[in-house]
Amino acid sequence: MLHIVNKSPFDTNALAGVLRVAKKEGSAVLLIEDGVYAAAKNSATEASLKAAGMPVYVLQPDADARGLQNRLMDGVNMVDYGGFVDLVAGHDNVQSWL
Amino acid sequence: MSDDMDFEEGGTVKKFMFVNRKAPYGTIYALEGLEVVLISAAFDQDVSLAFLDDGVFQLVKGQKTDGVEMKNFSPTYRALEGYDIEKLYVERESLEARGLSEDDLLVDVQVMSAAEMGDMMSQQDVVISF
Repeated sequence: MLHIVNKSPFDTNALAGVLRVAKKEGSAVLLIEDGVYAAAKNSATEASLKAAGMPVYVLQPDADARGLQNRLMDGVNMVDYGGFVDLVAGHDNVQSWL
Repeated sequence: MSDDMDFEEGGTVKKFMFVNRKAPYGTIYALEGLEVVLISAAFDQDVSLAFLDDGVFQLVKGQKTDGVEMKNFSPTYRALEGYDIEKLYVERESLEARGLSEDDLLVDVQVMSAAEMGDMMSQQDVVISF
């Protein structure tokens, strides 16, 4: 399952919900819009995201808009809009954590 | 006419603080707040801006919005000085929780603790929140 998060982890508990509930096997996390802040280097959320046990993807245009292009933690994968589509197509199902 | 004159001559200057707590692009709050700040500059009041929680993200350097086809309004924060709005306060705890430091910000600000921020807020006549 592809888990999509579009809210800042400092603002809502959507990402916390993913990390608590998601079945790790076969899953991935895609951070979009304000969700990309979760992948900021040295932030309070870095450790929990690193321990997610799932691949983490970040939508590059949203990270760039927020000035995060050089401020992202190691180990996350950048995708563009085409990569977003590939992720959706490549998983059996998708959940947007609103 | 005389009423207008009274207003101009007798108008007292109040302390206005605009409190910014939202990240810049996920909602319209940050942009709308900035618009109101610019309008407020026309009224010759004692204006300050406070940035805390996700509001500190509004000031991050290097915002590049071509890919999301939105207006990059971050340069406007640097223009505030030209409107005599020079009091920009940023809460240190909010920066640190987000892995940011003063060097990551695109404009000169006064970084202060949460307690100092609270003191600043309590000294205001009017606090407007975005």
